[in-house]
Amino acid sequence: MIATYIEVIDGKIKKSSLEALSLAKDIATAKGIKCLALSTSKSASAEVVGSCGADELIVQDSGELDQSQLIDWLCKLYSAYQISYIVLANSSIGKAIGGQIAAKLQLGIISGVNGWAAASPMQFRRSVFSGKANAWYSFMEDKGVISVMPNSIPVNKSYSKVAEISESSVNLSGPVFNSVNKELVKGKTPLTEAEVVVSGGRGLKDPSNWGMIEELADLLNAATACSRPVADSGWRPHHEHVGQTGIAIRPNLYIAIGISGAIQHLAGVNNSRKIIVINKDPEAPFFKAADYGVVGDLFEVVPKLNEAISKFKVEHH
Amino acid sequence: MKILVCISKTPDTTSKIAFDSDNMHLKEEGVSFIMNPYDEWYALVRGIELREKFGGTVSVMHVGEASSEVIVRKALAIGADQAIRIDSKPKDSNDVATQIAHYAQNQSFDIVFLGKETIDHNGSEVGALLAGMLAIPFISYCTKLDVEGNELSATCEIEGGEVSFKTQLPAVVSAAKGLAEQRIPNMKGIMDAKKKPLEVISPVSATQKVKLVRFEALPPKTAVKLIAPDDIDSLVKILHEEVKVI
Repeated sequence: MIATYIEVIDGKIKKSSLEALSLAKDIATAKGIKCLALSTSKSASAEVVGSCGADELIVQDSGELDQSQLIDWLCKLYSAYQISYIVLANSSIGKAIGGQIAAKLQLGIISGVNGWAAASPMQFRRSVFSGKANAWYSFMEDKGVISVMPNSIPVNKSYSKVAEISESSVNLSGPVFNSVNKELVKGKTPLTEAEVVVSGGRGLKDPSNWGMIEELADLLNAATACSRPVADSGWRPHHEHVGQTGIAIRPNLYIAIGISGAIQHLAGVNNSRKIIVINKDPEAPFFKAADYGVVGDLFEVVPKLNEAISKFKVEHH
Repeated sequence: MKILVCISKTPDTTSKIAFDSDNMHLKEEGVSFIMNPYDEWYALVRGIELREKFGGTVSVMHVGEASSEVIVRKALAIGADQAIRIDSKPKDSNDVATQIAHYAQNQSFDIVFLGKETIDHNGSEVGALLAGMLAIPFISYCTKLDVEGNELSATCEIEGGEVSFKTQLPAVVSAAKGLAEQRIPNMKGIMDAKKKPLEVISPVSATQKVKLVRFEALPPKTAVKLIAPDDIDSLVKILHEEVKVI
């Protein structure tokens, strides 16, 4: 059996969990094994996981568990259901628990998977050297922990079935974390999950000029991001910083405005499927990494672009 | 406090990445190797800061061959007290974590630090594996960390924000930006580092769990398609027809 841990936030299954489940279903089909979905929230929908191919949804309605409890639960299910592969989203939770589960169950772990091949043994691909190459890995045994890089595997909702629900009531140890307090930016798609990202750099000259970046982001239903100097000078919050020391992202489209494209910045964004660069300096290194470029003054180009997109949307809707 | 900081050796960020003809090894000619930045800038420096505040020792741990001693000495020059190198060429992340766990399990460290990931494998696996093997809490992508008595308060990066919580020592901490500020070794530090103890120990046997099948170079990037700044409608057309975001 292959089992995917399903994360639920604000009553909804996270997209990255459905991506992980879609990969798990492909493996289940190739190997002819059962595909399980595991959740600690009763908001996890049997219809949604069923549409992604899950045969069974196992729910322990315990609300949010801390890390140690979640690990304990997944390890206990691993034995109870004779699971061979545990699949996680490579989210902050996945990164925190994946290795711990692997260590406790003495399994191998392949993290940050962005593709796979049904060879024997199966091969899993990860982006390495900060986006400059890929590497393919296999487990030494026919079992392991796999974490799936967000925005890498398309969600496949083509299965017309409802997963069978089983209740789990495992006694759990812990918690080991207390006084837990989450601060989330409300109503915005997290950067790692955003399909379109609009990002501003020092070329914007002043934080008061970010209105046009946000306008463009709204028009494209995008998340906003920034370069390191912008975050370091406090123009934008640190959680918007993409690049090597910030967050690594892989959206379908990354629009870089007034960012020169230092190699440390590229390390965080060069897995984007398409890159548009707007910069007045034709020698900016970012143009070498871009698919499309506009060499021009961003203070003229971006407002014009916003206006043109607005006009397009009015005409086409 | 008794602190262990695990450091890894990686190619410099600016290195050109190419592979040998078997696609199993990085071509090392012309590549300069550095201490993994997250290990150096955040994990090591926060470890040193905690020792400066509470007293104790900072030990540096590296699993690797003798050619890595340059980075181990650099960690000592930045301010670690002593170093341990496990003389091994690790086969996978499980091997690295097994070596460190075997050394650390009887040493009663209060905190084991490492960077959030290495900039070569980008796996972010060893920290969590190590915490699992040592059966102690794992603080992942930590941006703020304070200790009071036996209690640790941490803030960590999560999607779209941050989470803060408290837990008991000991713990494994993976370090992200914000945890500390990079320190440049000074001349005295460099001189002192030569006299600090560096113990070389033999590896224990570890089961290989994952094997590399091959590296794969990326296809060359096609040249950028330039759009004139007075032809924004073409860009809108691209957004609609090619990128399909509107």
